[in-house]
Amino acid sequence: MRKFLLFSALMAVVVPAGFARADSASAISGKIEALPSGEAIYRHICQSCHMPDGQGAVGAGAQIPALAHNPHLQAASYPATVILNGYGAMPWFSGLLNDKQVADVVNYIRTHFGNHYTDKLNPSEVALMRPHLTAEEQ
Amino acid sequence: MASPSNTHSQTRRQLLSRIGTLAGSVALYQAMTSMGHAMGTDFSGPPKLSGAKKGTSVLVLGAGLAGMLSAYELRKAGYDVKIIEFQTRSGGRNISLRGGDTVTELGGATQKVGFAPGNYINPGPWRIPYHHQGLLYYCREFGVQLEPFIELNHNSWLHSTGSFGGKAVRYRELASDFTGFTAELLAKAVDQHKLDDLVSADEVAHLKDAMQGWGALTPELTYTKGNLSSLRRGFEKPQGGGLNGAPIPSDLMNRSEIWKSGMWNWMAFHERLDMQTTMFQPVGGMDNIGKAFTRQVKDLLQLNCKVTAIHQDDHGVSVTYNDMQHGGVVRQAKADYCVCTIPLSILSQLDVQVSDGMKAAIGAVPYASSVKLGLEFKRRFWEEDDQIYGGISFTDQPISQISYPSHGIFSKGPAVLLGGYMFGPAAYDFAGMTPQERLEQGIKQGMAFHPQYRKEFLNGVSFAWSRVPGPWAAVPCGARRHAKRTIKRCAPLTRGWFWQASMRLTSAAGRKEPFSPRWMRLHVCTNEPWEQPDA
Repeated sequence: MRKFLLFSALMAVVVPAGFARADSASAISGKIEALPSGEAIYRHICQSCHMPDGQGAVGAGAQIPALAHNPHLQAASYPATVILNGYGAMPWFSGLLNDKQVADVVNYIRTHFGNHYTDKLNPSEVALMRPHLTAEEQ
Repeated sequence: MASPSNTHSQTRRQLLSRIGTLAGSVALYQAMTSMGHAMGTDFSGPPKLSGAKKGTSVLVLGAGLAGMLSAYELRKAGYDVKIIEFQTRSGGRNISLRGGDTVTELGGATQKVGFAPGNYINPGPWRIPYHHQGLLYYCREFGVQLEPFIELNHNSWLHSTGSFGGKAVRYRELASDFTGFTAELLAKAVDQHKLDDLVSADEVAHLKDAMQGWGALTPELTYTKGNLSSLRRGFEKPQGGGLNGAPIPSDLMNRSEIWKSGMWNWMAFHERLDMQTTMFQPVGGMDNIGKAFTRQVKDLLQLNCKVTAIHQDDHGVSVTYNDMQHGGVVRQAKADYCVCTIPLSILSQLDVQVSDGMKAAIGAVPYASSVKLGLEFKRRFWEEDDQIYGGISFTDQPISQISYPSHGIFSKGPAVLLGGYMFGPAAYDFAGMTPQERLEQGIKQGMAFHPQYRKEFLNGVSFAWSRVPGPWAAVPCGARRHAKRTIKRCAPLTRGWFWQASMRLTSAAGRKEPFSPRWMRLHVCTNEPWEQPDA
């Protein structure tokens, strides 16, 4: 819990902005599949880094955290905050995912990959966590 | 050992530190600043560095273009330079994949590239705008042969799943009709006095003339089916010889559907400064740039070193690394200064001795995902069947685009095209697939343009930047606001990081801070050789 509080404090300072374009080339990006469920969101977005089995990966220097058996998932608000605000090299997804989708994927990762947290996160709770962006930050 | 200079104000001195150069050495500061000047798009010549104190050492972390160029210029200026690099190769994100190469991803998937000799794909940077004079200068200086890269091709395809019955249209058809209909509407609005409050009386006649000429309108200010429009968009049946040689004009597209389709985005794309002609590519593959840079600094270069910690004190910088060539044994390198080009995604996970604010800033830069597909086909059917010679076809499907090779045009035998180039959600999606699934999707979606795809396909390779195990991860995609501010303030501490277009725009806005605009230039410099060519 202490860790989470620290993290929240950091987030209060580190105001997330919208995606900036990586470069001109990224002005053109393809569309994504429909994302009707937590599993679909995991398959089409999260597993690109966290891997299909939620084990994450260790590269040369960078480390992608495992979601499997991850005690950080104990409080649903933790993964929700990371998804909405990004963390480290991980981008934020507040622009891409709506409240229901954030709740869906949080509930999915908290009940899969060896995690058994049965309390559900509601979209209305996600709405309260959603960062407020000014037009400049969009 | 250089000592902090008294010429710096207190505040400035607090900012200056040995990591990322600087503490005090005015000469080195000026050296790096000059390089910043040198590498911006306002490049006017290589930096003229001088004034190095004899025996002053600089350790460069990372042998991408930024690191190698820093080493090259600093050595020339008289510094004692050494570069250490994690990978077993130098060149950073300058990569080309050829037959026989192996791509191994995080997660373990391995692909063996099966391209025929001479064929390649550039999974990272691939094109260089003419105004990247810094990079072009060094290419010329270091003997990198360049050739034109074809960006815009009027005969390429545009495809939107929900528009025009899902049928691909030619770029020239869309561009002509978009321009023609726009010109017609504007010309008529002016002619009918509907814009009198916006357009002065003496402007009206000129504006009508301009619209008529620009849009290929008839004297009645109409954009309509006929020779006038078909001379732009192409004929139904082109002009030929003999009795039946008269051309048949082509039908126009539906006007309201053009606006609705959003396909004009792909016209606007080529109008960006970074995409304008003339563009270039290195002959034989983008990695020839990295190879040429390597030739200049080969004797300074130590590969296979995994940095774990960067510390500093009043006497210099101390970098701890595992020497992977010798079983990972822990070693330390010391120097008076350090130029760090390690990507932030890696740096944020290392033991780096910087201020808390700086640490937060380093950890606050997210990295984008990007995926490219290289597909090899038995023959150049896009040329032979479709008269497409280089350029890009766009689609709103996840693959987003197909780029045809600008080199080897008219040659026989197998050829490789860029079968998909994804950012954003589509990149996450593709990166999460197996290599086989990525190729299958690439082929399936590419059929929207080229029904020959399946029959002519030989082999392919995909490159997902978020799955690259090397220390560069993917591309920085922006920075949280706080990070931008901190990095700007601490810019002198942060030599040579790969930085972002968004950062550049902010810094280029020219805020009057002691260093940031020019220092940010240096970041851009490091970025430009790979990032901007990629654009």
